[in-house]
Amino acid sequence: MSARLSKGGRLLDRSRAVEFTFNDLRFRGFAGDTLASALLASGQTLLGRSFKYHRPRGVIASGAEEPNALVGLGRGARFEPNQRATTTELFDGLEAESQNHWPSLEFDIGVVNNKLARFLPAGFYYKTFMAPRAAWKHLFEPVIRRSAGLGRAPSSRDADSYEHFHLHVEVLIAGGGIAGLQAALVAGRTGARVLLVEQTAHWGGRAPVDGAVIDGQPADDWISNAVQALEKMENVTLRTRCMLSGVYDHGFALAYERVADHAPGDARPRHRLWKIRARRIITATGALERPLAFAGNDVPGVMLASALRDYLVNWAVSPGDRTVVVTNNDSAYLSAIALKEAGLEVPVILDARAEATGPLAERARELGIRVLAGRGIAAVRGGKRVRAVETCLQAGEGAVLETIACEAVAMSGGWSPVVHLWSHCGGKLDWDEAQAHFRPDPARPPLDHNGEGFVIAVGNADGAMTTGAALESAVAGARAALKAVGKAAGRVAVAKAAAEPAQPMQPVWLMPEGASDARRMKMWLDFQNDVKVSDVQLAAREGYESVEHTKRYTTIGMATDQGKLSNINGLAVLARELNNDIPKVGTTTFRPPYTPISMGSIAGEARGELFQPVRKTPMHGWHEAHGATWEPVGQWRRPYAYPRTGESVSDAVSREVRNAREAVGLLDASTLGKILVKGPDAGRFVDMLYTNMMSTLPVGRCRYGLMCDENGFLMDDGVVARLDEDSWLCHTTTGGAERIHGWMEDWLQCEWWDWKVYTANLTEQFAQVAVVGPKARKLLETLTDMDLSAEALPFMHWADGEIAGVRARVFRISFSGELSYEIAVPGGQGLAFWEALVKAGDAFGAMPYGTEALHVLRAEKGFIMIGDETDGTVIPQDLGLGWAISKKKDDFLGKRAQQRADMVRPDRWRLVGLETLDGGVLPDGAYAVGEGRNDHGQRRTIGRVTSSYRSPTLGRGIALGLVERGPERMGEVLEFPMIDGRRRAMQACIVDPVFYDKDGEKQNV
Amino acid sequence: MSDAALARISRETGRAMITLRGDLASRPLASAVKRAVGQPVPGPRAILGDDDRAVAWMSPDELLILCPRGEAAGVSAGLSKALQGSFHLVADVSDARAVFRIRGRGWREVLAKLTPADLSPAAFGEGELRRTRLAQVAAAFWTGGRDEATLVCFASVADYVQALLENAARPESAVGVL
Repeated sequence: MSARLSKGGRLLDRSRAVEFTFNDLRFRGFAGDTLASALLASGQTLLGRSFKYHRPRGVIASGAEEPNALVGLGRGARFEPNQRATTTELFDGLEAESQNHWPSLEFDIGVVNNKLARFLPAGFYYKTFMAPRAAWKHLFEPVIRRSAGLGRAPSSRDADSYEHFHLHVEVLIAGGGIAGLQAALVAGRTGARVLLVEQTAHWGGRAPVDGAVIDGQPADDWISNAVQALEKMENVTLRTRCMLSGVYDHGFALAYERVADHAPGDARPRHRLWKIRARRIITATGALERPLAFAGNDVPGVMLASALRDYLVNWAVSPGDRTVVVTNNDSAYLSAIALKEAGLEVPVILDARAEATGPLAERARELGIRVLAGRGIAAVRGGKRVRAVETCLQAGEGAVLETIACEAVAMSGGWSPVVHLWSHCGGKLDWDEAQAHFRPDPARPPLDHNGEGFVIAVGNADGAMTTGAALESAVAGARAALKAVGKAAGRVAVAKAAAEPAQPMQPVWLMPEGASDARRMKMWLDFQNDVKVSDVQLAAREGYESVEHTKRYTTIGMATDQGKLSNINGLAVLARELNNDIPKVGTTTFRPPYTPISMGSIAGEARGELFQPVRKTPMHGWHEAHGATWEPVGQWRRPYAYPRTGESVSDAVSREVRNAREAVGLLDASTLGKILVKGPDAGRFVDMLYTNMMSTLPVGRCRYGLMCDENGFLMDDGVVARLDEDSWLCHTTTGGAERIHGWMEDWLQCEWWDWKVYTANLTEQFAQVAVVGPKARKLLETLTDMDLSAEALPFMHWADGEIAGVRARVFRISFSGELSYEIAVPGGQGLAFWEALVKAGDAFGAMPYGTEALHVLRAEKGFIMIGDETDGTVIPQDLGLGWAISKKKDDFLGKRAQQRADMVRPDRWRLVGLETLDGGVLPDGAYAVGEGRNDHGQRRTIGRVTSSYRSPTLGRGIALGLVERGPERMGEVLEFPMIDGRRRAMQACIVDPVFYDKDGEKQNV
Repeated sequence: MSDAALARISRETGRAMITLRGDLASRPLASAVKRAVGQPVPGPRAILGDDDRAVAWMSPDELLILCPRGEAAGVSAGLSKALQGSFHLVADVSDARAVFRIRGRGWREVLAKLTPADLSPAAFGEGELRRTRLAQVAAAFWTGGRDEATLVCFASVADYVQALLENAARPESAVGVL
């Protein structure tokens, strides 16, 4: 049993007890504890069940690399799954629950998978659940998903807030250990803008735990002096609980600050995502200890030697009375010595090396610890906790030499530099034979826009594994960064560390060397995803020679810890099996984030009312107050209809349509794009943009125009007004304003840069109201002295004047087929103008109408709508708009494309009207079927419905559609099979697309 | 809003804005600008003038003229007249814009939560203007003094921008860096 020691714990505040619960049981820890240290101190070594075999699992590490100790944290609106107990700071009232077990952590039925493990090797699911296909969806997948997996997803809205923060710095330093601090001291003294981030709540990293001595002082003293010095520098920003999670192109980096995880509900943002632009990034991210692969290395109580040391020194946690240490290098001796000095027993140190002669081994022997060289662990005994280890010869096959009772095992397989940040943006690695690890290759760093490396690795993260080497590397790294940003480091006093002589490590990838297959099936590589030595060997035998393929086949390194402990061991086993060198096999790709970051931090402020900007016209509030239902159009909200009390939305639409046809309707058309195009070459420019001739349009006149892209496809339409000799005002669709403005600027800036044309997007400068219907003129005449008669202002003309006391421009244009004026007024007066029209309109039966009535009105007239009749594959000729395509112009955008064979083939789908035989309404998007089958054996389609409405004017369903050779087939009846369960297909007759007032008499009055 | 907010956010309505596009190096344009607001043509990312009349650099061929609302028509007409015959564009965009004042010591942090622009005092001082992005919309802002900034966005998203700024100024959300 693990327990709390009565003394020690450098991070503990024993004066402040903290209460928390784990699986609804009450526990107690101290301020400064992590959830993992507090649980261990309370004797709770079993923390969860493994992903696939549901094996009992305990804490193995002490930091971000922890694969096992994942818990569900919090409750309700603050519940979050898969939180690492090792990086969760303890706070009063913390609630945690273990994961992946049923019915309970102690007794888990899923552990039957463990008994079946030999039948569940890598690739088992791929191989087994092949057929029948339907069984996947209804049987295999639900069962597998239930038995495999980690935490459950939260079901409530997140109660917390999140935010982003942008910062530009010259030098960004990741990692607040001694190397990061040393680099910050060097950089900070030059006045450079420096940001130093540390993922934990404490500065200094592991140097104090490992007993480093710097400048003759204990590491703790040197660290607090360094932090004090840095805090005095105004140009240096220090941040704990802030992890550099990703490095991206051009010196962009993301840091994940856990502002209030340790104080939930205190009104601060829970997480803050820093978006940092740095000239140079120094990674001082340290190194991670590797596990050893011996049978039973996943039993709760087996820990990394360094983690065990952390728990002992930082949190005064005894892992149990007796700890067996197993290692292939000197660092694990520090744990043995620390245990002994804390009054605990170390029955044996099993050193896999042929001899143990380093100074630390000597010290251990002096303390009376039995040190056995050339030995390893044959197997760990115990289920839910370690009971004993069986020792063996490392060079042998695992014959048991001795069984040693113990409660814990401290293992060390060597150290791997944390190269993730170096690698995120393309930094390459070198294999360091002596230390048996990958380290950054300084000759192949991630490159910036100048082709220069912008990431510099220092300290342990660079493979500088002693205190002295780490500090020297930090100074050198800081110098290099400063030189790149144009700052001179000058003379720097490098902190000096006491020498740390050590015996070279010896790589051990399998313990013992000749372990049997049965033992290899119990040697865990990836603890979180339950991948064993035997799985990687199987993958190699089955031909998965690439490390990337092996990763995906076995799922090694694919869990939430992304293989921080398993990657190197896994690829070493693979290399061995392939009889290849480790560097030849290579590593998988490290990708951001370093550890998972919250979804909330990525969203930042974008939730609730800030999720997306809602664009509002000046009359938005009026519509809202008058009961409008809304239709999103781009980011705008437009009134869809204005249902009255007790009226259905569809009844409201019918009423609005009839009223516009019979009396007068008012439409808020402010969202239409309005782009001013001005300059000596403006006429030439609009002639290129539109398919028809715009340069010849007389001042004072309007013309409907079509815009196509280079491929000839129709992309926008609208009315163009000639304002004066060199100015055209181009109206676009609501959703098209920004896109078309960008399109214009693209051509002007990139292709026709010598044309003298300026554009300005004036969409929001004006509120625009369409006054539509037979009484439109009469209504407006009560508000203005302007002559709006057919003679003074004929169809497709415009005029300036004053209406209702507001400066106005009146366009006599119609998208409804009725007598219609569209009136633009300054946006700030839009609401007053609208209200004046509503008031004066009372006498004429005026009513506002929404976008649905607008659609019905235009469909009755056979007018196309961009996005309904077009979908990016439709050319104007398909829509019977050949009349709007100039034959005289030499060129316009899309002209050449429209001459391609596919565009002129006679069987293109073309626009027609569709009248159902029974008067019903065709479903939008319904397909018409013809004879025969296509290449895929499906019924051949010969057309589709693009717009469909019930016309209140005609009292029947009307539709527009694109039909193969449509206009040549007037009167033909098409069949539209239904997909909504109705067995009978609907039948519709091909008719002219203009259903109402074919001669346009109503708008020309 | 609480007094402890990082900054106070207020809307302003008295300002007119006129877009002027043309050859910024030309003498007629410079003298037209001088007549309009009493300032020379500003350099890149700069704004010259005071709360009443100012001219801001928007792009290599675009300026923004600021003046009191009542003077907009006169200033527009004056610019058009002065530049008649030369290649240019003048457009009143006052109604297309919304203007916010952000007052208080935390204004830099409020903006830095929402825009990628560098807001450190070294990079963004008095007379500097940035045309950039504020969360999901376009915006421009400048600072006239130590503890305040002025921000311009499109009128249609004024409510969104106001809510963004107020949210970013919540008293509990101080970053303590800028």
